[in-house]
Parts: sequence; C-alpha cells; structure tokens
Amino acid sequence: MSKKLSQRWSHFLERNKKSGGYLLKKIIMRRLYSIARAILILGLCFLILQPLFNKLSASFMAEKDLYDPTIIVVPRNPTLDNYKIAAYLLDYWRILRNTLGLSLLASFAQVACCTLVGYGFARFKFPLKRLWFACVILVIVVPPQTIMSSLYLNFRFFDIFGIIKAITGSTINLQNSIIPYIMLCMTGMGLKSGLYIFLIRQYFRGVPKELEEAAYVDGCGNFQTFVRIMLPDATPIITSCFLFAFVWQWTDNFYARIFLKGTSLLATELPALPTRLTDYIISLTGSGKASTAYGMAMISTGMVMTIIPLLIIYVIAQKGFVESLSQTGLKM
Amino acid sequence: MAKTKVAKPKHKNLGRKKAIAGYIFISPFIIGFLAFMLKPLCESFMMSLSDVKVVGGKGGFVLNFWGLKNFKQAFLVDAEFTRFLTTELTTMLTHVPATIIISFFMALILNQSFKGRTLARAIFFLPVILSSGVLVGLEYNNSLLSGMEEYIKENTNASEITATLQSILSTTGLGSRYLETVYNIVNSLYDVVIASGIQIIIFLSGLQTIPKSMFEAATIEGCTAWEGFWKITLPMVSSVILVNVIYTIVDFFMKSNSQVMTKITDTMVMRLDYGFSAAMAWVYFLAVMLIIGLFSLITSRWVYYYE
Repeated sequence: MSKKLSQRWSHFLERNKKSGGYLLKKIIMRRLYSIARAILILGLCFLILQPLFNKLSASFMAEKDLYDPTIIVVPRNPTLDNYKIAAYLLDYWRILRNTLGLSLLASFAQVACCTLVGYGFARFKFPLKRLWFACVILVIVVPPQTIMSSLYLNFRFFDIFGIIKAITGSTINLQNSIIPYIMLCMTGMGLKSGLYIFLIRQYFRGVPKELEEAAYVDGCGNFQTFVRIMLPDATPIITSCFLFAFVWQWTDNFYARIFLKGTSLLATELPALPTRLTDYIISLTGSGKASTAYGMAMISTGMVMTIIPLLIIYVIAQKGFVESLSQTGLKM
Repeated sequence: MAKTKVAKPKHKNLGRKKAIAGYIFISPFIIGFLAFMLKPLCESFMMSLSDVKVVGGKGGFVLNFWGLKNFKQAFLVDAEFTRFLTTELTTMLTHVPATIIISFFMALILNQSFKGRTLARAIFFLPVILSSGVLVGLEYNNSLLSGMEEYIKENTNASEITATLQSILSTTGLGSRYLETVYNIVNSLYDVVIASGIQIIIFLSGLQTIPKSMFEAATIEGCTAWEGFWKITLPMVSSVILVNVIYTIVDFFMKSNSQVMTKITDTMVMRLDYGFSAAMAWVYFLAVMLIIGLFSLITSRWVYYYE
C-alpha cells in the first residue's frame, strides 16, 4: 500500500518537474479556491437558516428559560406547552383547513388562468398584442395599494353595470365572502399573477414550433393542440408557478386583510397571538399581563406552526421549485 | 397567377382564425384587466382628486371633486409621508445594486459543480418561502431575541463581535466614515441575502443558456477565467440582469412591510380616508414607474441579445 502511494507520489513529482512547478501550483490554487467557496457557502447558509433555528429553539422553551441569560439556544426545560397554547389560541386545525382550502383554490384558479393567457401571448399573432402585453407588465408594476381602495369599495357595493341594482333594488355586499378573491384569481389579477403570465409565456416561447405544426397538420384544433401537446410539455413551469402561487398565498396577509375578512386564515390570525395570550392569561387568573418575551415566544411558535406545512411541501417538491425553474432555460 | 389568387384569401383566413383563437386564450386577462385593473385605476385617480364619502346602505360612495388637496396634504401637511418616501427611495439605491451583485455572485458559484450543490441551492432558495407575506413583517417585530441579547450583555459584560471589531478598527485611526458604510453593508447583509432567492434562480437559468462551446473556444484561444467572465458571461446574461434589476425594484417597493405601504393600507382600512390613501398610492406608483423607466432607458443600450 505504502509502496503504491510512494510510487504515485514520485510519479506526481516527476510530472510536476516536467511542468516546471505549474502542476503543484495549480492543484494548490484549486484546493484553496474550493475551501474558500465552502466557507462562503456554509456561512451564508447559516445566515439564512439561523432565524429558523432561533424560532425553533424559542418555541420549545418554558417561560422561565426565556429570562435566563445562561440559556442561549438549547432550552433547559424543553416543553411542548407553547405549541399546545398556540394551537388553542389560534384554533389551529380549523384555520389550517381554511388556509389550505383557500390556498389550493386560489392558486389553482390563478395557474389555470395564467397558463391560458401565457400560451395565448406566446403562440398567437393578433392585433394589439403588444398593447395587451404592456398591460401585463402594468399589472406587475402597479402597487396593489393604488387600486385597492377602489376595488374594496367596488366589492362592498358590487354590481354588474347596474343590472343587479335594477333587479333587487340594492347592490350586493361581497366583502366577507371569498367570491371576489376567486374572481380576481380567475381573471389573472390575483397575487403576483402578472409574474406567472410572464414566466409561462417565456417558457412557451422556447418550445419548438414544429411540435404544434405537426399537431395542426394531423388535424388538431387550437384548443386540442394546447391541451394535448403543449400542456404536458409545460408541466415543469406550471408546477413551479403552482408552488409559488400556493406558498405566497399561504403567507399573504395583504389581500387577505382586505378581501377575506370573514375567513380566518393563518396569515391574518398570527399577528394577533400576543394579544390573545394576554386575554387568555387574564381569563385564567383574573389579572396580569403576558410579558413581551413570552408573547414573542408565542409568535415564534405560531410562525413555526405556519412554516412547517410549507417546509414539508418544499422538501418534497424541492426539485419543482429550484431545479425545474433553473433548467427550463427561460429566455428573458 | 391564378394559383396565388386562390392561396391568398385562404392564408388570410387562417391568420384571422389564429387571431380569434389568440383573443380567446387571453380573454380572461382582458376581462380581468378591464374590470379589476383599469376601472379601479381610473377610479382611484378620481378618488385621489376628491373627497370620498361612503354613503351607508344602498348608495355606494360619493366623490366631491376638490383638486389637488389630497396631494397637498400628502406632501405639505402629513408629517410622515414624505419622510417615509425619501427613506424608501434612498434605501432602494443601495439595496438594489447590493441584491443584484450578491445574487449574481451566488448564481455563479451555485452554477459550478461541487458536493452538496443541490442542498446549497435548496437553502439559498428557502428565503422565498420563509420571508414572504406576513412572516417578514413579524420577523422584524420579533424583538425577543434582541431583547435577550441585551439582557445577556448587561449581565455578563460580553459584547458583540461586530461591536468589538468596530471599536478596535475605529481606534486604529482608519477613515471612520468609510468604515461606517462598511458596517452598514455588513449589517444589512441578511436583508440582502433574504431578498435574493428569485434573482439567483433567474440568473442560474440565464447562466445555463450560455453555450459551453463558447468557453471552450475561448480557453483554446488562451482566454483566462477572469477574461471569460467579462467578455462572455457578462454580455450573455446582460438581458437577464436588466430583468432582474426591474424585478428587484418592483419587489422592493411591493413588499408589504415597507413603511409607505403600511401607511397607505392603514389610512384606507383603519381611518377610511380613501381619497388621501389613493393620492399617496398614486405618488408612490408614479415614483416607482419613474425609477423603472429611467433605469431601463439608460441600461437598455448596453443589453446584448444573442440570437
């Protein structure tokens, strides 16, 4: 064994001599570079993951651990009480169901609409196409706040060209139902819909035209070609968009605060946790107030409970998120 | 001659059919745009120019036109709005270049092959999930850990590494103002890394469209990696950089925890002052448009499209 090693070493030295020291230098440089790269990547990964670890550790701490300066990361009295209380205060399983249902429904509506529109923009020539595409860009760029006040009032006093008012005598208040939000999603105006249209269009533009032409020659109609030929081909980008839509919908509290007041969701209930904790403590003891630290530990717990379903999805569909999007070779 | 006469209308017909099909495909968007974007946009513009009163029950809302009064209130009367807006714009000036440079750099590294690349990519992309929507707002409010840190500091006389470094460096008499900016950059590194998930992915997909043969040809001609980066990589991804910068700007202004956004939403939801909130939103929108327009006007000249 050692003989073999020394043989290889002498062989290497000989090669190094022949190259005038270049080989050794090159190898050392390469090693140094990969070490520096590993340090950088590890450091940044730690930077990204550290808040998550902090939240996790705080969520397992008993209340007295929070005030103990000698405890930094690992709790001395690990407990699951935080989770129990947070689940009770949030009514976790009910709002988890709500959130799941809404996110699935909304992201499905969004992706269905955006795929149709993206395909239309990528593959058909029609008058005013550039104008309409500029409108897509406008949808991406306009801050939702600009139109929100008007949309809000529109749905508060909902009417289609005065027809409903003419029949029933008054407008409909859609503010507390999920209908307006699903309507927005189905017409490509939901949360970040413009971005999905853009991404899907870029993808369809990269698909070879011959595929479609072959289908047309064989007698497929426009819609049939789309469903049978183009959709199966676009699975990676559609999956990515669906996952994005789902995740962003899950954590969104801006649209939810305005359109979904009647539905309790994880994202809208989470910030209220400390107040509820105080109420809970008062209801138990008749007086007193939850300390800020305890309230914050509660929020950490709630955040972990919100994130965990997303993390599970992410771990399962990691390829869909990262690899497929980067390997589709989107041309911008 | 006769043949072309027959063929021509047929071709036109197909074109028209295609156009109709195209319109059918994008019709959901057209309906949505007209009903839920253009109409509200016009209405909110009208609102910004008038006093909005919500009439209870059946009626809806009434607009009393009063000119630029809302805008005057935003700029001259309201104490917070202009301050928030200028802070936002100046933060953007440092945040956007930092995000672009870091995400490009990270994409270059993540595009190389090394052990655990998939895992590294997955972790770098995690912030897209972890720092979206309500989570990022809570993250900033989470004073528990900083409170604990201070408590520990008081009790143990320990101090942060950065603070110690800072005091050592400033006593050595180096230019303190430059160091100050360096500290700020280091301190905001977290924000930048958190905000660059999507950009890394977009850069990665851009980098993967560069044909390998280009680099091979250049290496044979004696091109070093450094030259290859400036002469091949950078021009080839320049269009991606433009897209990314615009995305970063939009993303920066749209994030729901920005002070201006919060103020606009609160004015609308809590104080029900629709006119004033619409006026502020329009100022914000125009500022964003102006910045994006200026930027793409300046840079589109340098963007290189490889066919």
